[in-house]
Amino acid sequence: MPPAPLIEVDQLCVDFIGASGTVRAVDSVSFAIARGEKFALVGESGSGKTVTALAMLRLLTDARVSGQVRFAGRDLATLSEPELRGIRGRQIAMIFQEPMSALNPLYSVGEQIGETLTLHEGMSRAQARARSIELLDLTGITEPQRRIDSYPHELSGGQRQRAMIAMALACSPELLIADEPTTALDVTIQRQIIELLDDLQRQIGMSVLLISHDLPLVRRFAQRVGVMRQGHLVEIAPTAQLFDAPQDAYTRRLIDSHPRRTIGAIEPDAPQLLSGRGVGCRFWIKSGWFSRKPFDAVKDVDVTLSQGETLGIVGESGSGKTTLGMTLLRLAAGDPIGEIRFMGERIDTSSQSELRRLRSRMQVVFQDPYNALSPRMTIEQIVGEGLALHQPGLGSAERRDAVVAMLQEVGLDASALSRYPNEFSGGQRQRIAIARAAILRPALMLLDEPTSALDVSVQQQVLELLAELQRKYAMSYLFITHDLAVIRAMSHRMIVMKEGRVVESGLTESLFESPTADYTRQLLASFRL
Amino acid sequence: MSGTAVSLTPGQRAFRRFKTDRRGWWSLWIFTVLVVLSLFAEVLSNNRPIAAHYDGKTYFPLFQNVPETALGGDFATETDYLDPFIRSQLAKPGNWAIYPLNPYRFDTINYFSPSPNPAPPSRVNVLGTDDRGRDVLARLIYGFRVSVLFGLALTAIGVVIGVITGAVQGFFGGRIDLFFQRFIEIWGSMPELYLLLIFASLFEPGVLILLVILSLFGWMGLSDYVRAEFLRNRNLEYVTAARALGLSNSQIIWRHVLPNSLTPVIAFLPFRMSGAILALTSLDFLGLGVPPSTPSLGELLAQGKANLDAWWITLSTFAVLVGTLMLLIFIGEALRSALDTRKG
Repeated sequence: MPPAPLIEVDQLCVDFIGASGTVRAVDSVSFAIARGEKFALVGESGSGKTVTALAMLRLLTDARVSGQVRFAGRDLATLSEPELRGIRGRQIAMIFQEPMSALNPLYSVGEQIGETLTLHEGMSRAQARARSIELLDLTGITEPQRRIDSYPHELSGGQRQRAMIAMALACSPELLIADEPTTALDVTIQRQIIELLDDLQRQIGMSVLLISHDLPLVRRFAQRVGVMRQGHLVEIAPTAQLFDAPQDAYTRRLIDSHPRRTIGAIEPDAPQLLSGRGVGCRFWIKSGWFSRKPFDAVKDVDVTLSQGETLGIVGESGSGKTTLGMTLLRLAAGDPIGEIRFMGERIDTSSQSELRRLRSRMQVVFQDPYNALSPRMTIEQIVGEGLALHQPGLGSAERRDAVVAMLQEVGLDASALSRYPNEFSGGQRQRIAIARAAILRPALMLLDEPTSALDVSVQQQVLELLAELQRKYAMSYLFITHDLAVIRAMSHRMIVMKEGRVVESGLTESLFESPTADYTRQLLASFRL
Repeated sequence: MSGTAVSLTPGQRAFRRFKTDRRGWWSLWIFTVLVVLSLFAEVLSNNRPIAAHYDGKTYFPLFQNVPETALGGDFATETDYLDPFIRSQLAKPGNWAIYPLNPYRFDTINYFSPSPNPAPPSRVNVLGTDDRGRDVLARLIYGFRVSVLFGLALTAIGVVIGVITGAVQGFFGGRIDLFFQRFIEIWGSMPELYLLLIFASLFEPGVLILLVILSLFGWMGLSDYVRAEFLRNRNLEYVTAARALGLSNSQIIWRHVLPNSLTPVIAFLPFRMSGAILALTSLDFLGLGVPPSTPSLGELLAQGKANLDAWWITLSTFAVLVGTLMLLIFIGEALRSALDTRKG
């Protein structure tokens, strides 16, 4: 008989009671985690992963929870609030996705780690501080003696997540719940954090419940995986078995939904559309009362883009990839430097009113489909706005026809016309944003992380749509992303950026096969994780 | 995503939420009815009959001057319809007259009143008279109208100036914003009341001059809210998307940023209006407001203070003022929660 599991979840249901009726967020979920086991829950956004974890700890205040959660033989539902508090933090600890908002900005890291220690372990302040330094050291933060007095805003994203982990480990919990611990981090940092969790799990021997949507990460980390979909646990199996022989159709689709290369080849004699020589973007930063000093967010970048080609721009957050894209389209807030040519015309010196004429030839699709559509305009107004501006001769009926045709092309129907953005899902909104840009038949589209906010299964559909539009209208894409899988699927050539400069550039395939720069190798290593 | 065919604009959804707040919804109705009624104050409360029939001829004294001789009097002067003689003439068989509900205008002095002024409420004057013998109810009706119209005008001017200045500061930011902010700080620290005192002695006091002076200072609060909304909204991606489409700044402001920045403006409208009414009332109370001939709530309050034993003046004015302000505040509260997008 196997040893008794550490935590056992039995028929857990969570209902949210809203104005429009009851919504079942988690439906009859049952699983168990053994001592020292690494278990992962995967699923797309809204599948109920996080709600399950919060319901296990009874941290949901405005929901009806039924079912049993037994931790070390005790039913958590029968415990009083003070008894639960003894378990939370001490025996079950949790780390969150967004380390900036999960840490209190008013207290230093040391105070926040020490709080758990003095509260649960009854340590004195001096003892707590010494232990906090040990813990920070354990999580691999450099100079823990100094960092302990830092405030959250003084730390980088990776350091903050390490501090969060130190806090969670403070009382040597038996179970650690990690809710998307790496999602807000850059790829190279993601890898470090997951290695750290792995190490610590081995050292301390605790159980880990990892919640993630990132399948490669889960595959590397977990021993057993549960797949969630719309509140149900559709499949639960040991990791190798799940990935090699998925039983459930949804699991198969999920595992299968990595970006596939769908782009066509470029015409050999394709004319050059966009070129930049020594492109930079300069911001003026205040120093003192009246003086300002220059800061180049992007510096010395040479790019070329032919008609029908996709140029991928890769880099971690803050590497200047979005700024570069915006500068090339003259939409950046800073001053453009260097020479930019678009369709043979120099545009780096043009005024905004001169550029307006060219705007219909270059369009943008943004990362966040929630902010990119004005909430008070109908879809017809949003998609038709560019037409109304650039083709004023069009009557309103013709314009409507053009909008309907474009919507159908991106996979939406005419019923969308009079609706508002809030009635659509993230993937649909991104389609609308693409329709708004593509209806003008631009020669160039800047795609700024167009799929980052979308679930994996939706991501592939959007990428296919983009590839199809490119084939059909011979559009050129500047494709900005931090996701190497996406760039590999979508781009002909790519450039790698770091700290505002180009580290390496070349054909996508050859760059993936044989990177020359150290930084590129590092990036690719964390990608292959 | 809802499967229903009907799509509501955000505005319609807000209106639906507003309607669910019964208190605010009813307050809006009561207030609207009161304002509309007060717009017809001349018909409701006037010393002249709406229509009169005398010796086979029909007169509309509300719209024409009828000399006393036409009604059997001795003088060719304007008829005093409160004169018992004229009343008896019009009551003769064959003659008739339709009097307004309250047979006094705000400045009508009843020379034939049976009791000394200020007269307590009686059948003759429902809410009594003030110390000059003018009917309190008539003055309240006209005073309410002046206050509400003044409040509306002041609010409208304040909103227009506030939205424009806020929009310019918030959208362009940088130096323009910096300059405007310093200007507002200096402008806002000017002693408003002293200026009013000075202007009151320089010019003939009137509604217009009050409107101008109060407007000069009334836009600043709103401008700050609009500026903050613009600062937030202009950084959202749909504004960059609009710029990428090639829209000009004014088109972006008008079509994209402004509609998304008006929430605080609308939510603040009723509160601004009650503030404006209160400002006018207090200036009138101090004698710095409208000229004494204009009916006003503040002037009535001042009279009530001067004649403490005439409780009907203070009490009725107080009731009208509190009622108006409460209605406005209830409307404002309902609006504010209706515009809260976190609610369904």
